[in-house]
Amino acid sequence: MTDLIEKGSWVEIHDVVLEAGERAPQVPQDTQRVPLQMRVKGFLSAPAAIGEQADIETLSGRQLRGKLVQVNPAYTHSFGAPIPELSTIGREVRALLHDKGRAR
Amino acid sequence: MTAQSYAAIMAQRADIMRASVGIDYERYTTGRLAFDYERLMADTGYDITAARAVQNSTCVGNTPLVELHNITALVRSVSASGKGARIFVKDEAANPSGSFKDRRASLSVHEARKRGYAGVAAATSGNYGAAVASQAAKAGLRCIIVQEAFDSAGIAQPEIAEKTRACEAYGAEVMRLSVGPELFYMFLRVLRDTGYFNASLYTPYSVLGIETLGYEIALQMQEQTGAFPDAVIATHAGGGNLTGTARGLRKAGAVDSQVIAASVDLSGLHMASDHDFNRKSFTTGHTGFSMPFTTWPDRADVPRNAARALRYMDRFVTVTQGEVFYTTQLLAELEGLERGPAGNTSLAAACVIAQQLDQAQSVVVQETEYTGAGKHPLAQLNLARRMGVDIRRGDPRESTPGQSIVIPEHPSQLAVVDIDLDHVRRSYLQHALESLPQGESLSDIDLAFLADETRISPTRVQEILNELTG
Repeated sequence: MTDLIEKGSWVEIHDVVLEAGERAPQVPQDTQRVPLQMRVKGFLSAPAAIGEQADIETLSGRQLRGKLVQVNPAYTHSFGAPIPELSTIGREVRALLHDKGRAR
Repeated sequence: MTAQSYAAIMAQRADIMRASVGIDYERYTTGRLAFDYERLMADTGYDITAARAVQNSTCVGNTPLVELHNITALVRSVSASGKGARIFVKDEAANPSGSFKDRRASLSVHEARKRGYAGVAAATSGNYGAAVASQAAKAGLRCIIVQEAFDSAGIAQPEIAEKTRACEAYGAEVMRLSVGPELFYMFLRVLRDTGYFNASLYTPYSVLGIETLGYEIALQMQEQTGAFPDAVIATHAGGGNLTGTARGLRKAGAVDSQVIAASVDLSGLHMASDHDFNRKSFTTGHTGFSMPFTTWPDRADVPRNAARALRYMDRFVTVTQGEVFYTTQLLAELEGLERGPAGNTSLAAACVIAQQLDQAQSVVVQETEYTGAGKHPLAQLNLARRMGVDIRRGDPRESTPGQSIVIPEHPSQLAVVDIDLDHVRRSYLQHALESLPQGESLSDIDLAFLADETRISPTRVQEILNELTG
C-alpha cells in the first residue's frame, strides 16, 4: 500500500495546463512540441499519495488540484563553484589603480 | 473549444482586464490610434507629492545616492585626457524587498486596498513579484504571482528560483509555469477566478510610482554636486523604468539631463523558445524585451501601456553579458557593493559613457538590486556552462548570445553599441500602420500623437509613413 501524505503537509502539485497540440499559435516550433506545465505549492487538503491527484490550499487561500509531486519541496538554487574567469578581476583592477596611483 | 481553452480565455481578455484594473481605457481614446496619455496618468490622482506620501508609509524610496570614486578612477585611467565623468549609483537595493520595483508595486497595492479588492495578482518572473508580495503583506492583501520559471526538462532559471523563494517568504502564492507566452493566458484565468486587482507593470500606477526615483536623483545630485546629472542611465526592458525615471527628472526640473537606455544584447535568442530559455544569463534588462517594447509598447497585459520609453530616451545602447559580469565584479571589489545583475547593465554602459564626458560632468546609474543565491554571476555562469555555453576572457565583441560569454581582460575593452533611434522610430511607425484597422486612415490627431510617441515632427512622421506605404 502506498504511503499517504498527511493532511496539512506543505507540498507541491504539478499539472499539464495545455498539451503539446494546444499551445498558443505564436509559440515557436520547439515550444509547440512540449506541454505547458504548472507547479504550485500549498497545504494538502486531504491525505493523498505521491503521484496521485491531490487538492491543496495555496498561500492565497485558493483550492487547486494536480498531481502530488513533492512533500516539503526544497529551495535548491545556490551560487555554485567560483568561476575562475571572475576570480582574478579584482586583483587585476586594483593593480591598475595602484600603478596609476589613483586608488583612494 | 472548452471553457478553459486558450482561445476561450483570450476571448474574455477585455472584460477580465476591465474588472481587474479599474481603469476604463476607452475613455482616453482620441483618434484611430491616438489616446490622451497625460490625462490617463493625471486621472489617477497621484502627483509626486501623493506618490511619495504613499511610499513613505511603507519605507519605499529615499534610497542613498552613492558616488563610485574607485570605478570613476579606473574609468579615468583608460580615458582620454580630461575625460571620465563622475559616476554615481542610486542604491535601490535599500528598498524593503531589495529593488526599485517596490516603487512600482506601492501605488498599485495602495489602490487595490482603497478600492476594496481582496488581493492583488501580477504576471512577473522578476523582482516585481517580490515587490508586490511584500507590499501586499504589509497591506494585508492576498497575493498571487505567476512566473515563467522552468524549461521542459524541469530546469529552473536560478534567478527566477530565487524570486519564487522570496515571494513565498512574503506569503504569496506562486504559480510556476514552463516556458511560453501562455503565461498571460494563465494570468487571465487567475484574475477571472479570484477577482483580484491586476498589479500590472504597465498601468499608470506602476509608472507613476517610478517617477519618485527620477525626482530623488535630481534632488540628491543638486545636493551632492550642485547640479543636475548630465546623463542618467536606466536598464531598459519593458520601458517602465526609463519612462518613470525620465518623467520624475523632468518634474524636478532636470530637463537637460540626457536619458540613456541600456540593455544586454541577447540578439538571436527567442524569448518564447524552450531551448533558448536557460541559455540566457539575464532574465530582464535585455534586448528580448526592450526591442519589442520600444518599437511597440502596447503589447502588455493592459490595453494601453503607461510605459512609453521612446517618448523619453535620448540614446539607446547595448552591452554584452560578459561586460555586465565584469562590471558586477568591479562594483563588489572596488566599491564594496555586492549587488544583483539589473542595475549593472547600466553600470557597464556608464563605464563607457563616462569616458565620452568631461571629468566635471556626471553620470547616474539609476538602480541597484539585492543579490543572493541564484541571483548572482556565479549561479548564472555555472548554469551557462552546464548548458554548453563557452565562457572565457577576451574581447567581449567576440561573444555570441546563447553560445559564448566573453569577459573583458581589461577595462579598456568595455564598449557600448548605439542603437540607431531613427531605425527604432521607423519600426514603431511600421507597427502603428499594422495596428490601424483595415480601411481606416490617420487623422491629424493621430499624426500629432505619433509625433509625441517618436519625438519627431508630424511632417517627418507623415514622410516616413509615406515611405513605408509607398
